[in-house]
Amino acid sequence: MLYREAGDFKTTYAKDQALIPIRQDRVMLYIAIALALLLPFVASDYFLGSIAIPVLIMVIAATGLNLLLGYCGQISLGSGAFMAAGAYMAYKCATAFPWLPMPVSIILAGLATAMIGIAFGLPAVRIKGFYLAVATLAAQFFLLWLFTHVPWFVNYTMSGVPTPPPATVLGVYVTGADAPNWAKYLFVLSFTAFLTWIAYNLVRSRIGRSWMAIRDMDIAAELIGIRPLWTKLTAFAISSFYCGVAGALWSFCFINTVEPTAFDINRSFQILFMVIIGGLGSILGSYFGAIFITLFPIFLNSAPAWLGLDIPGDIITHLEFMIFGAMIVFFLIVEPNGLARLWQLGKEKLRLWPFPH
Amino acid sequence: MAENLLTVENITLRFGGVKALTDVSFDILKGEIRAIIGPNGAGKSSMLNCINGFYHPQEGRITYKGQTRKQMRPYEAASQGIARTFQNIALFRGMSVLDNVMTGRVLKMKSSLLEQAFYFGRARSEEISHRSKVEEVIDFLEINAIRKTPVGRLPYGLQKRVELARALAAEPELLLLDEPMAGMNVEEKEDMSRFILNVNAEFGTTIALIEHDMGVVMDLSDRVVVLNYGEKLADGTPDVVRSNQAVIDAYLGASH
Ligand SMILES: Nc1ncnc2c1ncn2[C@@H]1O[C@H](COP(=O)(O)OP(=O)(O)OP(=O)(O)O)[C@@H](O)[C@H]1O
Ligand SMILES: [Mg+2]
Repeated sequence: MLYREAGDFKTTYAKDQALIPIRQDRVMLYIAIALALLLPFVASDYFLGSIAIPVLIMVIAATGLNLLLGYCGQISLGSGAFMAAGAYMAYKCATAFPWLPMPVSIILAGLATAMIGIAFGLPAVRIKGFYLAVATLAAQFFLLWLFTHVPWFVNYTMSGVPTPPPATVLGVYVTGADAPNWAKYLFVLSFTAFLTWIAYNLVRSRIGRSWMAIRDMDIAAELIGIRPLWTKLTAFAISSFYCGVAGALWSFCFINTVEPTAFDINRSFQILFMVIIGGLGSILGSYFGAIFITLFPIFLNSAPAWLGLDIPGDIITHLEFMIFGAMIVFFLIVEPNGLARLWQLGKEKLRLWPFPH
Repeated sequence: MAENLLTVENITLRFGGVKALTDVSFDILKGEIRAIIGPNGAGKSSMLNCINGFYHPQEGRITYKGQTRKQMRPYEAASQGIARTFQNIALFRGMSVLDNVMTGRVLKMKSSLLEQAFYFGRARSEEISHRSKVEEVIDFLEINAIRKTPVGRLPYGLQKRVELARALAAEPELLLLDEPMAGMNVEEKEDMSRFILNVNAEFGTTIALIEHDMGVVMDLSDRVVVLNYGEKLADGTPDVVRSNQAVIDAYLGASH
């Protein structure tokens, strides 16, 4: 199958504005959806539970940060804490209103996290760059402190680390210890797919253009009539919503506990690196970033064994840091649009192939 | 015959001890092309910045469309039909030409966040109807071929044109152009002059124009106001201004 734009002429602007204007891209999307739906039938339980589920959840978090950082240009080092907020809010919601369908509890948790995001995004109205980074870092530490020290958030559980309540969708358990991996996978997949679609809609609408305008030249944006306050706060709210949903799914469908250590500062940096390596300002890049950052350490851990080498674990951990560090520096300096840009370049080459002129 | 669109009266603008504008008054009539000229640092850009609310003058009054205020606000100016281009290009560099121009219509779009998230209702219909309006502007300024190009990759002259397109997309009543031809070659200047005249003639847009090239100013403008060291030096038709002794002195003094 050749990748072509030529010959695929648009006769109306409406067609040119379709979500995916190029036909081959559409076909690729259908194939990807089909593969994602078929995965439970072919993949091992380990792959579903330990790779596919966390990757899909991190795609949501990375997309959230990408909307804020890649599209609106506002830095946040608090994504981990917003995930935590989502996890704790979903726990509170699911235990306080057990009759609520689980997807509703998770969406409500996302909305509550959006409110928290707005509160911590308020400084962005006045400050930028480094100072904003520090302010969001404060959010990271404050929120985690709050969830650890106020027992109300864990319903006064003695251990302080409660287990999410089991819940069913269409009669199948999707959360809790008894939920099968394939059901959790499909549950998470539907959130990821839905939120990806929403993200694409947002960035091709007025709000997406307003975010990018603020990112690229905030003064000109304001003089055109874009309100910086409203625009930045919606970015914080929506980004936090995504992180909140991701955090709830992480606790409910992956680690099966609600605990702060899963959402510490390392998590925030991990999400940031996904966005940088995947591609700032690209939704598809969030997928690349989440897949790469999750799979690469696994690959690094198993590659020596495949090659018959015996490399100690701590060296591999160091190696991992060094390679990630080098890649982040590379992408920040050479290719801020990350893997997504490399992907696009590949497509452009293919589009002209075999006649490059 | 023509009525007043904008009147500025006794505008004084200070930055700390520096007086950028001192007691400047003039008016702009509906439908005219009004040039603002003067040597470097005369306060021309500052004047435009006061008109669209980016700077807030300490003294004076601004009357726009019959409404008098002490200062404009950027949002208010934009929503009341004032659009502008900048002396140093202020495009959204990471966005395509099309998205830049679409952004110019931001105030005309009314869809809610929810409609945009689900791309239904007004979000969808607005994207389509505004796109066709934007394509008219793109046709008008002859930038069809570059509509999908990220503006950061365009040469300087074209960027200036895209900036004009973004301003025009807002369908302004008053268009403020800050040195739209600076740094252009003769051919590009001729194109730009033609566009400015066409905008004025076809859409009836009132234009305030800052320009250093005297030939261009004399050709395009109906009336000229001259600033020097923040003060108004002269005001009138190009011929009157050109023969004004104070203006001749200021220009000779400034350029030699
Ligand atoms: N934001 C600002 N802060 C401090 N001083 C300013 C500011 N903006 C303008 N000025 C000062 O006001 C005076 C007028 O500047 P302005 O930019 O309006 O001049 P101009 O006529 O547009 O000049 P040019 O032809 O060089 O563009 C200058 O002395 C400038 O230094
Ligand atoms: Mg100037």
